[in-house]
Formats: sequence, structure tokens, C-alpha cells
Amino acid sequence: MTVFVIRRLFQSILTLFVTSLLVFFAVFAVGNPIDVLIDPGADQIEFERAVRALGLDRSIWEQYFIFLENALQGDVGRSFVFNTPALELILQRFPATLELALTAMLLANLVGIPLGLYAGLKPESVAGRSIMAGSILGFSLPGFWVKVTVIMVFAVELGWFPAGGRGETATFLGITSSLFTIDGLSHIALPAISLSLFTMALVIRLTRSGVRETLPMDYIKFARAKGLRESRVISVHVLKNIMIPIVTVMGLEFGGAVAFTVITETIFSWPGMGKLLIDSINFLDRPVVVAYIMLVAMMFIGINLLVDLVYAVLDPRVRLSDSGSNNT
Amino acid sequence: MFSTPDFSDNLMMRKPTLSVEGLSTWFHTKAGIIKAVNGVSFDVARGEVLGLVGESGSGKTVTGFSIMGLVDHPGKIREGRILFNGTNLVGLPAEELRQLRGTRIAMIFQDPMMTLNPVLRIDTQMIEAIRAHKVMTYGEARSLARDALGKVGIPSPDERLAAYPHQFSGGMRQRVAIAIALLHKPDLIIADEPTTALDVTIQAQILFEVQKLCRETGTALIWITHDLSVVAAIADHICVMYAGRVVEKGMIDDVLDSPSHPYTEGLIGSIPGHNRPGTPLQQIPGVMPSLLTLPSGCGFRRRCRYADAICKTEPEVVNIPARKGQRARCWHPLSDEASS
Repeated sequence: MTVFVIRRLFQSILTLFVTSLLVFFAVFAVGNPIDVLIDPGADQIEFERAVRALGLDRSIWEQYFIFLENALQGDVGRSFVFNTPALELILQRFPATLELALTAMLLANLVGIPLGLYAGLKPESVAGRSIMAGSILGFSLPGFWVKVTVIMVFAVELGWFPAGGRGETATFLGITSSLFTIDGLSHIALPAISLSLFTMALVIRLTRSGVRETLPMDYIKFARAKGLRESRVISVHVLKNIMIPIVTVMGLEFGGAVAFTVITETIFSWPGMGKLLIDSINFLDRPVVVAYIMLVAMMFIGINLLVDLVYAVLDPRVRLSDSGSNNT
Repeated sequence: MFSTPDFSDNLMMRKPTLSVEGLSTWFHTKAGIIKAVNGVSFDVARGEVLGLVGESGSGKTVTGFSIMGLVDHPGKIREGRILFNGTNLVGLPAEELRQLRGTRIAMIFQDPMMTLNPVLRIDTQMIEAIRAHKVMTYGEARSLARDALGKVGIPSPDERLAAYPHQFSGGMRQRVAIAIALLHKPDLIIADEPTTALDVTIQAQILFEVQKLCRETGTALIWITHDLSVVAAIADHICVMYAGRVVEKGMIDDVLDSPSHPYTEGLIGSIPGHNRPGTPLQQIPGVMPSLLTLPSGCGFRRRCRYADAICKTEPEVVNIPARKGQRARCWHPLSDEASS
């Protein structure tokens, strides 16, 4: 397993290198940041000074190698717009996004798995059918429409929740989050619920189909023949067998939720990273965009590694190293 | 054997552990009602082995699951009684049935590759079976599980407890399943073709061990199989099933030596060992009819060489006078002369 992790880390470095190359040149190809950043009335001398100050007078390869050299020392550059370190800028916004994504994923699982289990155990029942019909809505309604509608109904018409923004935060066990205050919870409710709907629908369908596949298996019947209580048959024998696809989807969805909550954050004016990314792309703020994408790539690599490790815990037949270790 | 002088002892001996009376288990599907088990009756006494024989789809397995109370939707026990130590299992509350399962009645399944949960360790699967019925600490249950593995001939059971099912061979897995079935010293074990998926040497070992364990502990055993040679080796009594009905039953030697139902005769004739080398193998013509489109009267009549007009009405169960306890559901039970 150690061998597996080490090899994975080497692969990750390669992945990050290629990612940096692609992003750096892609942003370069989009346009010249100077055109956006500089006052149109500036004269030639000011223009050239600005270009030199940002290092844009050098060739693209030169710029890339300077970036690479600095990045290896942990410095991914300063924002053109804010003139602060890009990483710092992103990390300031990170907790808000993380708490939104985590809450949404937690909701998706806490609601999705029980509903999926019920629909799988009682597929013919009215409730079971309704859950499945609801899940179709969950992943086919366009996200932005759901979010705007949710604001209209629950914030504007009913006035139960605020329409946007992040509420008060409090610090508990060294973590600062809006989850620890009533005001914060009321602010996070609408964005988190609307962000979780798609994943929840996926989890419901995965759980249900997993249950339908697992229930007729001999080992479930054998577990019942042993005289186990139905609750143990379901929660241990069935559930552990269907966790692998759910964990896979959760990993990808969580990464997506952290990296690309642009729509949710924009609609609910949530001060997270997604909003920062869109602004930075508009201003061609290359260091921020590159740093952001690198961070997201690292996060996905981390999540995928974690998912693979969880596989091995869930299913003993999964072997993590393909080297000659014979630990059967 | 029925002339034992001590009459009361004889009564005790013959009091059946399990008595199935007129059991019908039907599946209500969209295509129609499938009468998988249709009026089946038999008894199994303490320490006795009953062979339940028939081809695929004859209702043997559903009979087993009916006794366990594990018939899946859309199947339902429609009528009949399953008396287990005097208690009728049909209509028993789910919780009481659960408490009997695994403790008093255990089941061994056909495919050992599929009976153990692939993602749970052997000790987990054994200990949960113990603790579902007995209040016991984890440690106590674990040592009980270890002893059980040792008893079915698994070497170094202490280490094997921590293994996962995929680290065992098929024969070893079936031994684990048997160990689980024996954990609570049940009064009745239903073994559903437990040796079919195993190779012959392992099959013989397992047959021998299960038989020994039943003799030692007085456990009644129902051995479900399509293999007459296995039944001949292990069973005291035999029930031959065809299309959801018991067509013949009796003492094993009587039935195998002189079958009285044409289907039993056909089954015995199909055993390759019965033929002289070089002659074509005998077979029963045709296939078993779909349970949805059973012919009226005797279910076997379209494949039966003795069938005539009267077979279109349901045959009665007749006693075979020459041999005590042998019965057949047939209009034309074979006499000794006809079958020889």
C-alpha cells in the first residue's frame, strides 16, 4: 500500500506539471492582460513600465520558467489586479466554499442514502415510486433555475431564509465557520440545499440500484438464514456492498462542488472561490487563474487517492499495488 | 424395524422433528400463478436424513425456503402446515421465526462462492450469527467460532478467522458455511445441493462429515439434490419431486431398488452407471413443463410411457402394499415385475 501511495504521488507531480503548462498557455492565448488592466489614457512610457513591472515583456517561455521556478518554492505569483499573493487570495475564500460544499455533500448523503434504501427495499410502494420520480427532477432541472426559484419562494415570498450572503461566523475548536451560528445556518440553508439536489438525486439512484442488485444475492439470503435482524442485514450486509459506487460519485461530486460552485456562489452572492475565479478570468488575472486551477488539480488528486484508499477498506478484493507483493 | 418391543421408546423415536403437511407455495406473477410447491407433505425425524430429489424447477429449493420462512416476494405460502417440534411455522410472527432461524433450523446453500458476504471477514460473519441469538462477549463468540471452524476441518482456524471469503477455496467456503449452520446445534439442517458446486473428492469429504455430525448430534437433515447417487450414500428416506409435487416417497433402498412412479424409474434409469457400456444412455423424453402451463391431471403424463386417458385427472397418492411407507402419486404405480 505504501508503494501504491508513493507511486501515486509521483504520478501526481507529473499531472500537476502538465496542468500548469496547459493553463499557463491557455490563459496567455485568451488575451493580453495589459489591455484590460491599464488605463486606456496612459502614454507609451507608462504602458511599457507596467508591462515590465508585470514581467510581460519577456517571452512566454521565459515567463513560464520563472513561474515554474517560483512555484517550486511555493510562490505561484501575485495577482495582477489586487497585487497580493494569488494563493493567499484564494485561500481567504476557500473556507466559505469548503463549508458550502461539505454541507451540501453531507445533506446529499444523509438524505439520499436513506431515501435510496427505502426505494430499493420497497420499489412497488407509492413512496418508493415518488422518490424515484423526484430524483429524476433532481438531476434534470437546470441548477440556476432551481436556485433562482428557491430564492423566489423561500426568501422573497415566504421570507423564511435570507436571499444571499454568508451570515455571522463563529470559531469552534479552531475552525471558523458560519455553521456554528443560527444566522450562519439560515444563510447557508438555501445555497447548500440547492447545491446538494443534483448529487442527492444521483445518490438516491445509485443506492436504489445497488440495493436491487444486492438483495437477491445468496449471501443476503444466507445472512437472513443465520437469523440476523433485518436491520443488520440491511445496514451491514447490503450497505457495505453498495458503498463503492457511492464513494466514487461522492469523490467526484465533492471535488466539483468545491471547484465549480460558480453558479451557486454567484446567485447567492456567497463569498467563495467560484466568484473569484470568474472575476479573475474576466480580468485575465493569470496568476490567480493558474494558482486556482493548480489548487483544484491538487484537490482532485487528493480526493481520488482518498477514494482509492476507501475502496480497499470497503472491498477486500481490491488490491492497491500491482507490484509483486503477495499479501493474500 | 417397526417391531421394536418397547412401544413408548418407539413413539419417541418416531416423533418427527419436522412435519410438512400439504404445503403449497405459489408465486403470483404477471404471467400467472406459478405453483412452485403444490401440496407437499413429508416428515423428518431426529437424526434422520431425508433426500429431497428432483430436477431443476421441481420445487425442491422453494420447499426449503418455505420451511425457513425465506420465500421471496411475490411468493407466498398459500396453505398447509409446517410443524417444527410441534409448532406451526406458517403464520408465525416474523420475530419468532427469526429466532428459530440459525438456532433451531439452519440452511446450507448450493453455491459456496456466493453464500458468504464478500466484503465481510469470516469472523464478522460467524460472530454476528452467534450474537444474533446469544448474549455473549465478542471474545467468547470468537473462540466459539474458532472451535466451530476447527470442527469442520479447517486448518489453523485462528488465522483463517481474520481472512476474507475470497481467500478461501470453494470447498473451504462450504466448510465455513457448514460451520455457521452448526454453530447453534440446530435440530434441523436444510442442505440445498451443498456439494453440487464442489469437485468429487471434496464432495465425498463433506458428505461424510455432515452425515457424521448429524448422527452425533441427532440433527435431522433434509438434503436437497438432483443427484441420486449422493442421496443413495447419505439418506434414510427419499422424496421425489416433480413439478411442485411429491410424486414418490419411501425408504431409500425401497425406492431406489423398486421405484413405483414412472418418473422415479426414469431418473434412476438416467444414471450413466446403470447402462451397459456402448449402449445409448437412457433418458426421460421431453422437458419438464413450465409451471405456468402444467397439463391437467398428472404433471408427468406427457413424458410418461404408461400414460393413458385416466392420467388427465389428478392421480391420488397410493400406498405400495409390498413395501411399508412407500407411496406414489400415480394411476399406474409400477409393480416389482414391471420395473424389473
